[in-house]
Parts: sequence; C-alpha cells; structure tokens
Amino acid sequence: MKRKKIKEFLWENLIAFASIFSIIILILIFVYLLRDGLPVFSVVSIKDFLTGKLWYPISSPAKFGILPLIEGSLLVTALATAIAAPLGVGCAFYIAEIAPPKIRDFLKIIVELIAGIPSVVLGFIGMVTLSVFVKNAFHISTGLTAFTGGIVLAFMAIPTIATISEDAIYSVPKDQREASLALGATKWQTLYKVIFPSSLSGIIAAVMLGVGRAIGETMVVMMVCGNSAVIPHTIFQPVRTLTATIAAEMGETVRGSDHYHALFAIGITLFCIAFVINLIADVAVRRKGARA
Amino acid sequence: MRAKISQHIAFTILTLCGFAVVLPIIFILGFLLVKGLPAINIEFLTAAPRAGMKEGGIFPAIVGTLYLVICAISVSLPLGVTCAVYLTEYARDNWLTRLIRLSIVNLAGVPSVVFGLFGLGLFVIFLQFGSSILSGSLTLAFLILPVIITASEEALLTVPKSFREAALALGATRLETIRTVVLPNALPGILTGSILGVSRAAGETAPILFTVAAFFLPRLPHSIFDQAMALPYHLYIIATQVPGIPDKTKYGTALVLVVLVFGLNLIAIFFRNRFRKRRKW
Repeated sequence: MKRKKIKEFLWENLIAFASIFSIIILILIFVYLLRDGLPVFSVVSIKDFLTGKLWYPISSPAKFGILPLIEGSLLVTALATAIAAPLGVGCAFYIAEIAPPKIRDFLKIIVELIAGIPSVVLGFIGMVTLSVFVKNAFHISTGLTAFTGGIVLAFMAIPTIATISEDAIYSVPKDQREASLALGATKWQTLYKVIFPSSLSGIIAAVMLGVGRAIGETMVVMMVCGNSAVIPHTIFQPVRTLTATIAAEMGETVRGSDHYHALFAIGITLFCIAFVINLIADVAVRRKGARA
Repeated sequence: MRAKISQHIAFTILTLCGFAVVLPIIFILGFLLVKGLPAINIEFLTAAPRAGMKEGGIFPAIVGTLYLVICAISVSLPLGVTCAVYLTEYARDNWLTRLIRLSIVNLAGVPSVVFGLFGLGLFVIFLQFGSSILSGSLTLAFLILPVIITASEEALLTVPKSFREAALALGATRLETIRTVVLPNALPGILTGSILGVSRAAGETAPILFTVAAFFLPRLPHSIFDQAMALPYHLYIIATQVPGIPDKTKYGTALVLVVLVFGLNLIAIFFRNRFRKRRKW
C-alpha cells in the first residue's frame, strides 16, 4: 500500500513537471534569442537598429538598420489582413448562420485543409502562377511584389480567422438570437445587430491571430515578395520581411559574426511582436468571457 | 420589404465569402495534379536525385521527412498528453495554470522561423548536436507541442465526469482512474491531434532550414545525428535556388508533399468525425 502511494506521488509530480514544459520552452526560446541577439547592440544602438533605413549586413562598415524589413513585414501583413479579415469573417458567418448542414460540414473540412497546406507549396504556387498574373495584369517588371505576397498570405490567414470567428459566433447565447427574431427582426438584422456585436471581441481576437499568422510566415514571403530590402513606396514593389531576412541570410553568415547576432536580434523583434499580438488577442477573448 | 431585400443581398455576399475560400484550393489541387502527375513514377518515388537534382527521384527527401516527423512526434506526444492530463485532471484555477495556458497560446504564436533560430542556438550549437535529424526533430517537436496539447485536452474533456466518479467510487486512485478510464476513452481524440501535429511537422520548412536540412544528400541518413534531406526544404531549393530543374520535377515534388499532408489531415478529420458519431454517452 505504501509503495503504491509513493509510486502515485512520483507520477503526479512527473505530470506536473511535464505541464510546465511549455513555460520552460518559451523561456528557453527567449533566453537563446537574447544570448545570440544582444551582442549586436555593442555594434549598433537599439534605436539605430530599429529605425536605421539601411540593411547592408555584409558591406564594410556593415549597416544594421531593420526599418525597411519592419515596413516590409507591416505592408505585407496589412495587405493580407485587409483581404483575409472580411473574407474570413464572412466565411465564418456563412458557415455558422446560413449554410445548410451538409455544406457547413464540407466547408469546415475545406477550411481545415487550407490550414494544412504547407507554406512552401503555397509559396511555390504563388511564384509560378499568381506572380506571373500580377506581372501581366499591372504591366510591371516583376510579379514578385508585396501585393502578390499579401494575397497568398491572406489565403493562409483565412482558416485561422474563420475558425476562431466561428467559435465566437457559436458562443453567442441562443436566447439573444431568439429574442431578436421574436421581435420581428429578419435573420440578417439579427445577424448584424445582435450576433455580430456580441461576438465582436472574439472576432477581433480571430483577426489578431490571423495577423500573427501572416507576420510570422516565412517561406511564402521569401519566395513571393521579391526580397529587396528597401523601404517600399507602392504595393507593387518587391519587399523583404523580417522573417525572410532571417531565413535567407542565416545560411550564409558566419557563426558568431555581427551579422549572425543581428539576425538573432531580428528574431527577438519578431518574438516580441508575436507576443504583443497574442496578448491583444488574449485580452479580447477575456473581455468576451467577462461579458457573457 | 426593404429588410427582405437587404437580407437577400447580405446573404448572397456572405455565401460568396464562404465559397471564395473553396475556389483557390480547387485551383491549387487541380493545378498540381495536372502539372505534377506526369512526373510521378516508381523511379521518382524510390530513387535518389542525380545530375545536380535534375534527374532521378526524391526518395531521400521522403525518408528524411518521415524520420523527422516520427522523431518529433515521439517527443511531443508524451509531453503534450501529460500536459493535457495535468490541465484537465489536476490543475486548479490558480496563477500557475493561467501561466501554463498563456505560454501554450504564446508558443503557438511564435513564428516558425524563430523556432528555427532557437533550434540553431540550443540544439545545433550549444548542445552540439550539429545539423542533424535530432536537432531538427526536437525543434519540430516543440513547434507542434501546442497542437498536441490543445487536441488532447479537448479529447480528455469529452470524457464524462461520471466515468471518473465511478472509477473513484470503486476505490481506484486518481492516477489509476486516469490510466484505466480517462485515457483509453480519450485515445481516438488524442490520436487525431497527433496526426494533425504530424502533418504540421511534415510541411514546415523554416524550422528545419538551419537545424537539419541538407541541400543535396543523395543517400539515406545513417543515424539521428546525420543530416537529412526533407521534402519541404527540397521543394524550396529546387524551386528557387537551383536553376535548370525541369518544371515537372518541381510540380511532382510539390504534389507528393501536398498528398502526404492532405492525406494525413483527411485521415485525422475522418477519424475524429467517426469518433464523435460513435460516442455512446
């Protein structure tokens, strides 16, 4: 009996330990980014790093200004969100409120499959089809632009936005919708005057997570956006994002060089951006919980 | 009447949104099938690449990806399920639980390329595993951990409370209840989650860029400390880094990758739907 108790005690502690593993990993990620990223700030100040307009990591003297990369990331993400947010939310409302059960099940599977397409495949297809189309449609010298990348990223963000919005719509209490219908409102009036406002914070969370998905995406932007590290003036111009810079340059840099540390510092920047986005989404979800 | 008309217009737009999502995926699948199918034959699937990857097949990349996902899932499945067990069976609503949940959400939001940097810093350089299957699969394991935890938790929560109470009333300890009653009943849901995790790991490129991937390695890896080719990375390099690769080969590689990932996803979805229908309680 006693041995059984000890065994149980050990197991339960093991379970508790495994459960804090995700905290440990998150801390480890941050520590390792700091460890290899912070040394770059002995060469360039944090302010110059974030606001410098020139990214020439291998010329001498090297210039480590990531403003063009930040703007590249923001531009592509903004484009993607502008397309994906209305489509994703619209799709969620269609699935949750309008679609007949068979079509609903079908669409849910489709949305899940889209979420599963490997990003490198989307990047490849964007490169060989969409970029050619963009080039010919707008008569520009290259189709690998921020615009092209934004479209492909939008497609990647739609599943995230649609699934989470759908959950938010489902969580609106049934009696609210019934009360509205009983007062003589049409289904559409109920949808946008009752269901939409009460699910709004969940939808905001969904859009934020979609933004996070788009800003953190690497392969698509590396293959489709043209990779030129200059501050973009139009959306029909090649841009380079934070993620693509790390992925494209890490292979060629010398371990321990300033360039290497600068790439890790970009990693820190990305980590912080992702953290803030998740925090906003989390707050939005919590507000919903408080009101329901 | 006006209300009717505006409802009609609005619902048409929402319906279009719903189906706008379907068109691109049909296009992508159709496009890959038409362009990629001619490349698929026995040699393509079972031979190593030759002549600077212009000829031969993609066998080492397929095997490399299989090794990677098997190693990744064997690390993250036990970890993820244990964590889910803690969250559903033991955790109280206190700061630690909230911290665990917050870190899972944030872990899911960390960009994949940042996972790659982390893997490079910790496994490849600090722990000196080098560029290897071990480094890559550990990186992937941590990347898919949130997927596994969330799916397992959902599966554990569907097991009714009365099952647990019955077991406890018969004198089973909490651990025995979990082992003999809760986990077996949640198993199909946990399996679904792990298949989804595997498919995610199979398709990721950025985390393996600096931790495992070999540009060109026309042989099979010897051990987990060996470098390996992987399908997504292989597609990336033949599509962008190496000039003169026949289009057929690129489309063929993309098709194989998509079929692999979609196949896994469909199995998971099918499995989950059957499990939901069959539930007796």
